[in-house]
Amino acid sequence: MKLLSKSFMAIATALLTVSAGGAYAADYPDQQVNYVIPFGPGGESDITARHQQPYFKKLFGQNLVISYKPGGGGAVGWSQLNKMKGDGYNIMGINLPHIIIKPRQKNVGFTTEDIVGVYIFHYTPDAIVVKNDSPFKTLQDLVDFAKKNPGQLTLSGSGKGTANHLAQVNFDKQAGIKTTYVAFKGTGAAVQALLGDQVKAEWGYTSVGAKHAEKVRMLAVAMDKRHPKFPDVPTFKELGFDLVSGAYRGIAVPKSTPEDIRKKLSDAIGKINADPEFQKRMINDGMALLDVDYAGMKAFIDEKTKSYVEAAKAGGVLK
Amino acid sequence: MPGTEYILAALSPTNILLALGGVIAGTVIGSLPGLTATMAIAVLVPITFTMDPASALIMLGAIYTGAVYGGAYSAILLNTPGTPSAIATTLDGYPMAKKGDGDLAVTLACIASVFGGLVGAAFLLMLAPPLAAIALAFGPVEYFWLAIFGLTLISALSEGNLLKGLIGGCFGMLLACIGVAEISADVRLTFGSELLLGGVEIISALIGLYCIPVLIDLVATPDRHLNVSGESRGIRLKEALVISLKGKWNLIRSSVIGTVVGILPGAGGSIAGLVSYTEARRASKNSEMFGKGAPEGIQAAESANNATVGGGFIPTLVLGIPGTPPDAVILGALLVQGVRVGPNLFTAESSIVYTFITGLFLATVLMLPTGLIIGRYAYRTIISVPKSMLVATVAFMTMIGTYSIRNSVSDVFVMIVLGIMGWVLNRFGFQPSPIVLGLILSRIAEQGFVQSWTIASATGGYFQMFFGRPISLGIIAAIILSLFGPLLMRRFQLKQEMNNAE
Repeated sequence: MKLLSKSFMAIATALLTVSAGGAYAADYPDQQVNYVIPFGPGGESDITARHQQPYFKKLFGQNLVISYKPGGGGAVGWSQLNKMKGDGYNIMGINLPHIIIKPRQKNVGFTTEDIVGVYIFHYTPDAIVVKNDSPFKTLQDLVDFAKKNPGQLTLSGSGKGTANHLAQVNFDKQAGIKTTYVAFKGTGAAVQALLGDQVKAEWGYTSVGAKHAEKVRMLAVAMDKRHPKFPDVPTFKELGFDLVSGAYRGIAVPKSTPEDIRKKLSDAIGKINADPEFQKRMINDGMALLDVDYAGMKAFIDEKTKSYVEAAKAGGVLK
Repeated sequence: MPGTEYILAALSPTNILLALGGVIAGTVIGSLPGLTATMAIAVLVPITFTMDPASALIMLGAIYTGAVYGGAYSAILLNTPGTPSAIATTLDGYPMAKKGDGDLAVTLACIASVFGGLVGAAFLLMLAPPLAAIALAFGPVEYFWLAIFGLTLISALSEGNLLKGLIGGCFGMLLACIGVAEISADVRLTFGSELLLGGVEIISALIGLYCIPVLIDLVATPDRHLNVSGESRGIRLKEALVISLKGKWNLIRSSVIGTVVGILPGAGGSIAGLVSYTEARRASKNSEMFGKGAPEGIQAAESANNATVGGGFIPTLVLGIPGTPPDAVILGALLVQGVRVGPNLFTAESSIVYTFITGLFLATVLMLPTGLIIGRYAYRTIISVPKSMLVATVAFMTMIGTYSIRNSVSDVFVMIVLGIMGWVLNRFGFQPSPIVLGLILSRIAEQGFVQSWTIASATGGYFQMFFGRPISLGIIAAIILSLFGPLLMRRFQLKQEMNNAE
């Protein structure tokens, strides 16, 4: 019954926060912060938020309460973001490229500009993943095969218009190859297809390499420098491809949130990112930490928008 | 194989308490439509960070097991599956309760659930690494055919009313298209409305289609909700045990089906229950009783859905690919704790896995006494509460439950609209089950088809892809049997009747 009352509490808080009292930046945060993940529990957006949870408590003495508002690939949550109370106690996870691509496909109830991001705290770099026994030993092997057999190289990946898909489009263009991208519902299903030999390779993430280390190899990762957990895996850059990308995750606030609270929150997330223990956990899961704070947000989103939109048009996701 | 030290570790007082508390909490949560195991587990995940991994797993596993069983209460007593796993339980559970055998139905469900749970856990214990191969052998095309097979169950579920069943199924498939498509990310059939952006959530559709019509009928008719005989008959355990013993083959078959379906990520308890239900009907001597309150129907559905718990843990723990949504949350919790899943878990870190599996057995066994007691309480409450109270309380619960699934008001609207539609359609002889079946399965079928087609286009072998794989061929055979079986049977029966008449 305790459990039950807990979930009721969660519901009640969600309902009540709409009408909760105002906030003063000076003592922010002085109550629990409601952190909405626009996806279901168990995914990477959830897990990385869970990693932040204890450090938020440690650093600021307040609870970070995670709840979920899944639906429409995140769109349901983001379309309601600005309707929440902007007092700094209601924050929501954001994901790139989702918030850039979705509103450009169709009316999904929000635009990229509607979303006030305060921090991007990490990304899961894109990576080409193969099974341990795959004949592709290097990225060059894979490119050679694709050149000889246009369109016949199948790669699973998570969704369309996603980081995986746009990386595939980008890479094919740069390498001058044509591969077949097979979209699956989520990374788990894409890995399942790879392990079951339904596809020859996967456009996955470094986190796949970390999670399934016994069964898969990564041929290259889309990072500036090699991932600390995988010192032997080259970056695309080293191999001559200009590809640094992945699923970027951050935190946004409702538009009505005062400027000084946005900055305070940005500093707070930055402090969690600077915690060495937090960094260790994230890296161990295959994530790559990133620090885009409130001041740098607009430039970052603008830059990403340009490259993502271009790739999405080439990939037929956007017209 | 586990040594006694794992068993002893699992049987520590803390773990027993966690298993007991987990099962009770899970049963209650599962019985309330809208409160799901996934959500309960997600709420509890932060607490588990302070526990040792095996104890955390035992508690989460116990909640999960309890919730899958708890779904049977509302299925039997209110015709509303508490969780999607209990869809097939409504088919015979509610008619049985209507007839006045609700107490017996609840007890039967409890015994079947415990049996199924033990079978699933036994497979997990003994054969997990080899069985995980099944999850990998199922490619997109197999999922496609499996979903088509599931859709053919409509013909079995709506005997005598095939056309209406098929129309209902198509309606469900259409509903599934609403919202952002899961893999292509197209926005479909939302008519520009944000309300429909998130699509039709399956549990809110269940609540709407099953529960609202019952509520409307309760208000619209002067009858009692359930028939009750005058004297108190306790939990009718002896009677239930005799029926269970008689239905042992049904229980075993359904549990094995449940385990195998559980191993397939994305298939889940609802499909396991429905497949076992139709198989049980096919095999039964009194198949004409199905749908009118046949105990075998409840036994099949409930043993199968609890077997998916153990089955679902197989790909989760061996491959790191969650078998069901609750598994995904548990997997996430394990990762945060630093437990590495994979075949190694069954050797290197075996203490965790075997302690957990022992704990799962423990939780399942504990479900027998707790389930019977809670079941009796639930039955008593439902039959003794005045109708005016019952309707208001259940109506309130449907709203809260629907909202809480995704913290979404739109889902509540969708639930109410579907509920009213369901009631109207019911007047015209359309049952909710084919609609829900269409809703659940068309997403799986669509994904499987698009993926298979894409892969086939790369290799050029469309025919080979769809009709050249052994597992697919097996499923296709089952489809043909399921589609034309009832037809042939009827023709055969007609012929016999004609002969008799002459």
